[in-house]
Amino acid sequence: MLSPYPTTAERIRVAALWIWCVLVLIYLVVPIFVPVPLSFNSGSFFTFPLAGVSTRWYEVVLGTARWRAAIGNSLLIGLGATVLATLLGTLTAIGLSDPKFPARRFVVPLLISPLIVPVVVTAVGTYLFYARIGLANTYFGIILAHTVLASPFVVVTVGASLSGFDRNLMRATSILGAKPLTGFLRVMLPMILPGVLSGAAFAFVTSFDEVVVAQFLANAQQRTLPLEMFTGLREQLSPAITAAATLMMGLSILLLIVANLLARRSRQAGAPAE
Amino acid sequence: MSSIAIPGIKARTGATDRSDSLRPLALAAPLLLLLAFSFGAPIVLLLSRAVYEPTIANTLPQTIAALRADSGAGVPGEPVFRAFAADLKAAQAGGTIYEFAKTLNTRLPGARSQVLRLARLAGQDPAATKEAIIKAAPLLGEDQGWAAIRSGTNRFTSFFLLSAFDLRWTDQGTIGAVPSAQAVFTRVFGRTFLIATLVTLATLALAFPLAYVMTNVRPVIAGIVLVLVLLPFWTSILVRTAAWTVILQKYGLLNDLLLWLGVTSDRIELMYSRTGLIIAMTHIQLPFTLLPIYSVMRAVQPSQLRAAQSLGGRPFTVFRRVYLPQVMPGVLAGCLLTFILCLGYYITPVLIGGASDQLISNFIANYVNVELNWEMAAALSFVLLASTLGLYVTMTRYLGLDLFKMG
Repeated sequence: MLSPYPTTAERIRVAALWIWCVLVLIYLVVPIFVPVPLSFNSGSFFTFPLAGVSTRWYEVVLGTARWRAAIGNSLLIGLGATVLATLLGTLTAIGLSDPKFPARRFVVPLLISPLIVPVVVTAVGTYLFYARIGLANTYFGIILAHTVLASPFVVVTVGASLSGFDRNLMRATSILGAKPLTGFLRVMLPMILPGVLSGAAFAFVTSFDEVVVAQFLANAQQRTLPLEMFTGLREQLSPAITAAATLMMGLSILLLIVANLLARRSRQAGAPAE
Repeated sequence: MSSIAIPGIKARTGATDRSDSLRPLALAAPLLLLLAFSFGAPIVLLLSRAVYEPTIANTLPQTIAALRADSGAGVPGEPVFRAFAADLKAAQAGGTIYEFAKTLNTRLPGARSQVLRLARLAGQDPAATKEAIIKAAPLLGEDQGWAAIRSGTNRFTSFFLLSAFDLRWTDQGTIGAVPSAQAVFTRVFGRTFLIATLVTLATLALAFPLAYVMTNVRPVIAGIVLVLVLLPFWTSILVRTAAWTVILQKYGLLNDLLLWLGVTSDRIELMYSRTGLIIAMTHIQLPFTLLPIYSVMRAVQPSQLRAAQSLGGRPFTVFRRVYLPQVMPGVLAGCLLTFILCLGYYITPVLIGGASDQLISNFIANYVNVELNWEMAAALSFVLLASTLGLYVTMTRYLGLDLFKMG
């Protein structure tokens, strides 16, 4: 960044810029790792230095009926929403990859809009509507609502992996006499599979982390892990929350690293040879 | 399609065109239908509650008929009072009286208990006179009481949308401000926009230099920094808010640090304060501002900057005249994205903000969960949604920000 013959003023400017950036990075990264050591604290306070190292708070989160039920609900809802969002999102992305897709200018912003509409508006509206048709306080209702929030991620990731897909391959399969479904399963799906799996991971994390819609739609038996955490944070701060936060963070980061590696691979695989 | 001038063939190719474009649409149809069912319909239904409120009209059929026969404004005559008592009696018998009392109360504060008392009276004494009714429900002896009932008998109402802007219909039929004691929403919207602006500026001040450095270091280091930016980005808002509630405690890390550095001489309250809220929101939004800026900065040709410098441009001039105009779209896109997302914040203000730091989403949730006032929640949702979508359309239309490229 320095010019070949830097002046003192320039050296100071660049040094200040570096210090600023290091501080910003500390601000970005340190906070998310603060709950990790605290979750292994043997005392029941949130302060450093730790009283001692123990896994008692993990035993609370993984051993109490209340937390276990919440984890089970989160996994059930997350898997349901992932299957639905991946299926519908992949079909939509395949449709969108066709250059003849009509009214794309309006359809694409519409598909993305669940990410833009404030989540409280979505949650309150869904609650109002679902209460009328008997879907409020049902697992199916929460899964549908999470599918809506997760589907944009699938459309985007699968869309990206399809952008390099050579559509002539599909024409070739039909010339060779394959039915469209066979062509899809044997040619297109294997090539875009990393993108589909990556979209599925994004979808799962979206549902697994979601708390606002769950707060409005879930009854006492359907409480999810984030909802349990949210209530805990509002009522009384227990170190069990830091353990739950660490588990959630670990799972999200792990899944999203896998998702990104897959997405990168699928973009490379799909890219036309140069 | 090649253009063939034979009418018959053209018609046939037109037909294939249509079926060609229907097939991709059919693939997208299941998701579009789900969005219409589980996203579109709920939002339309919610927004309709802001303008359509039939409870009062449904409860008071006899009163409406009597009011039509009654001349003039203000407190009506004896027959209207008798019809009102009869309507309340019917509502009491039909079990809709609580819904009605609650609905009237949103327009006429204090009406709830008076309506319920009057309904009991009407049940016991069907022949209650105007004086007896006014004695049980003093609000009915006032002009404003009947103004509220008259406007409530209209199923379509602008009352709640006007209330969202702290406005109301005056007795003279003009639009005026509500008494300042009831004027809360302009303050809440102002606060929401203020906090969104502060957070946006803070993320810009932190993100711009970092993005600049990322484009000017070796790719390996840039890659590591990018991972460090993405790690918090991938952690859920709830988990990051939880981390900040731990850090911002009175005996938490940040207070420890400030004391150790000697910045403060005493522990300060950061939880349930606006400072704490802005620190946490800035942390959560930083990657959203940074990524669009970074992607634009990467596309700037360094040779242009060198050319400007070799032509005698001073570093600041080069930055202002050559660099800044090129990265401006990314800066605007990142800032707008952060601003839009800040407008809808809910979790973080609940957990970290104080009573005077609650944003518009918190008021919407509160109207649904605590006050059971769906109409007001709907009206506030309408204003929030309109601001958000307005900015989103601006963003996509004029800046061409593609969310597709942000994964």
